[in-house]
Amino acid sequence: MNAALDVRGLTTRFDTRGGMVTAVNDVSFAVEPGRIMGLVGESGSGKSVTGFSILGLIDAPGEISAGQVLVDGTDLRTLAPDALRRMRGRRVAMVFQDPMMTLNPVLRVGDQMAMAVRVHDNVSKRAAWDRARAALDTVGIPAAAERLRAYPHQLSGGMRQRVAIATALLHRPSVIIADEPTTALDVSIQGQILAEVRRLADETGTAIVWVTHDLAVVSSLADDICVMYAGRIVESGTAEQVIGAPRHPYTRGLIDSVPSLHPPGQPLPQIPGSTPQLVNLPSGCPFRPRCPRATEICATDPPLSGTDHPALCHHPLTEAPA
Amino acid sequence: MLGYLIRRLAQAAVVVLAMSVIVFVGVYAIGNPIDVLIDPGATQEIREKLIAQYGLDQPLWRQYFTFIANVAQGDMGTSMVYNIPVVDLVFSRLPATLELVFVSVCIATLIGIPAGLYAGYRPNGVAAKLIMALSVLGFSVPTFWIGMLLIMAFAVNLGILPSGGRGDVGSFLGINTSLATLDGWSHVILPAINLSLFKMGLLIRLTRAGMVEAMRTDYVRFARAQGLTEREIVFSHVLRNISIPIVTVFGLELGSTLAFAVVTESVFTWPGVGKLIIDSILQLDRPVMVTYLVLVVILFVLINLTVDLIYARLDPRVRLKGGS
Repeated sequence: MNAALDVRGLTTRFDTRGGMVTAVNDVSFAVEPGRIMGLVGESGSGKSVTGFSILGLIDAPGEISAGQVLVDGTDLRTLAPDALRRMRGRRVAMVFQDPMMTLNPVLRVGDQMAMAVRVHDNVSKRAAWDRARAALDTVGIPAAAERLRAYPHQLSGGMRQRVAIATALLHRPSVIIADEPTTALDVSIQGQILAEVRRLADETGTAIVWVTHDLAVVSSLADDICVMYAGRIVESGTAEQVIGAPRHPYTRGLIDSVPSLHPPGQPLPQIPGSTPQLVNLPSGCPFRPRCPRATEICATDPPLSGTDHPALCHHPLTEAPA
Repeated sequence: MLGYLIRRLAQAAVVVLAMSVIVFVGVYAIGNPIDVLIDPGATQEIREKLIAQYGLDQPLWRQYFTFIANVAQGDMGTSMVYNIPVVDLVFSRLPATLELVFVSVCIATLIGIPAGLYAGYRPNGVAAKLIMALSVLGFSVPTFWIGMLLIMAFAVNLGILPSGGRGDVGSFLGINTSLATLDGWSHVILPAINLSLFKMGLLIRLTRAGMVEAMRTDYVRFARAQGLTEREIVFSHVLRNISIPIVTVFGLELGSTLAFAVVTESVFTWPGVGKLIIDSILQLDRPVMVTYLVLVVILFVLINLTVDLIYARLDPRVRLKGGS
C-alpha cells in the first residue's frame, strides 16, 4: 500500500544567536492511509517542529534544509509557495495544541470554517456553511448549526478542539498532523476526542500523525510509534513492538516512567537529567549522558539496527525477533 | 443596549455639569476681564456700570447659577469681545476646524494603517525600518516647526500652494464647506498634512505593534495551516483583532485634534475654533472659554461612547454593561 505521508530525511535548522540548532535531524517515517502514527518525545525533542516542517510552516530564523515530504506521492518541498499553500488544508491539515488559541476570538466559528472551505473550493458562502455544519456533525458536535453562529469564547475547550479537528477535516485531507491536541483538555474530554479521532481515521482513511509527549495516550491510540530524541527518530515500529518490547534505552526509560504502564506500589523510575541543549549537542549518541547502557563506543554516531523495528543505538535492548 | 445608552448619556450629563463648574472656577481665577476690556482712562462710574452689567459684582456661586439658568433657557451668553452670541461665534468657526481635522484624520488613517500593517508584516525589511524611522519623526518633531517648513517649501519656494487662510467656500450636499472647491482644497492640504503627522506616527506604531504580535499567534498559524492566503489572513483574521486598540487611540486622537488644533491653526492662520479659543483666553472672554470647553467635553463624551459601541461590534467578548 502506498503511504499517504512519506517523510524522508527531513532536516530543519534554526540559525540562533547561540549557533546553528538542528531541531529536526534527518527524520524519516511513513504513514499509511487510515493509520495513526504517534510521534513521541519530551519537550524540545523536535516533534512539534517536525509537524510544522511537514506543512512548510517554519518561520525565520528556521529553515527546512533537506529532505522530502511526500503527500500522496507529491513532494511538498519542491512546490512553489502558492502551490504549497494550496496543499495545506486540502491534502494535509493540522490541529494545534491549545484549542483556546487556535480559533480567532473575534470571528464566528462558521465564518472561520467557511473561509477555510472557500479558499480551496469555489462554492457559495451558504454551501460553505453547510459543509462546515456537516463537518461539525462528523466530529460529534450536537446542534452544529447553532455552534456555527457562536464565537469561540462561547464554546468549551473540548468543543473548540472538536471545531479545530472539524476544520482540519473540511477537505478530507490525506494527512492530518495533530500537535498534542488533547494536552490542554480534561482527561474525560481527552478520552472522547481520542475515540473520535480513532473512528475518523478508520472511516475516512485519513493518515494521522499524532505528536505527543504522552506515551499513555499514544499506546492506546496509535498503530505505529516513532520516538524522537534531540531531533532524531531513535526508534520506530508498531505500537505493540515499541511499547511491548522497546529496543532503545530511551524508550525503555519513557515507558518505565508512565504510571499507568507501571506496576503500582513501587517507586516510579525516571530518566535522569533533561533533554540536551541542541546548540551544544555532544558527539555521538545524544542520549549517552543519561543512558544506563552507555559505553565508550557511544561517543561515535550510533548505527540504525533492525529493519522491521529499527533503533538508533549501539546497545539496543533485547533483539526483537523480526 | 438601550439601557446602556441611557446610562452612558446620564453619566455624560454629570461629567458635563462637573466640568462646567471646574471651567467656571478656573476661568474666574485667571483674571478679571474688565481689566483687559475697558479703556484704562474710563471713569470709575463707567467702570462700575460695566461690572454690574456683566454681573461681575456678584459672588462666584451666584454668577454660576445665573449662567446655568441662562444655559437652561438655551442662552450660552454673549462674547464680551465680539458682542455676538457665543453659540453663533463658535459655530461660525467650527466648520473650518471640522474640515481641517477631517482631512488630516483621513490622511493619517489612509497612510498610517497600511504603513503600520506592512511594517508589522515584514518587521525586518528595509521598508519597515524606514517607515518606523519616519513615524518617530512624525510624533517627535514639533508641529509648528514642520508647519513652517511646509510653508517655506510649498508656499514660498515652490509657490504652488497658499501659505495660510481658508479658501473659497462652496456647497456640497447642502453643507457649506471649503472642501467643495479646488481653492479650498489647495488651502486645506498643507495644514491637514501638518496636523496629520503626529497621528500618522502614532497609528503606524500602534498598527505595527499589533500586527507583529498577531502574526505570531496560534490562530494565524492555524489559518496558514488551512491554506488561507496571506491577504485573507491579514485582512480577515488579523485586522479585526488589532483594530480594537487602534480604534481607542483613534477616538482619543480625534477628540484632542478637534479641540486642540490650535498650533496648526495659528501657523496657517486657519480661522477655526482653536484660534478662537486662544484669542478668547488672551482677552479673558469668559463666555467663549466656558462654552468652548463645555463643547469639548461633550465632544469627548460622544467620541468615547462611539468608541465603546464600535468595540462591542468588533469584539464579541465585550459586553456593554447596564441593560442587555
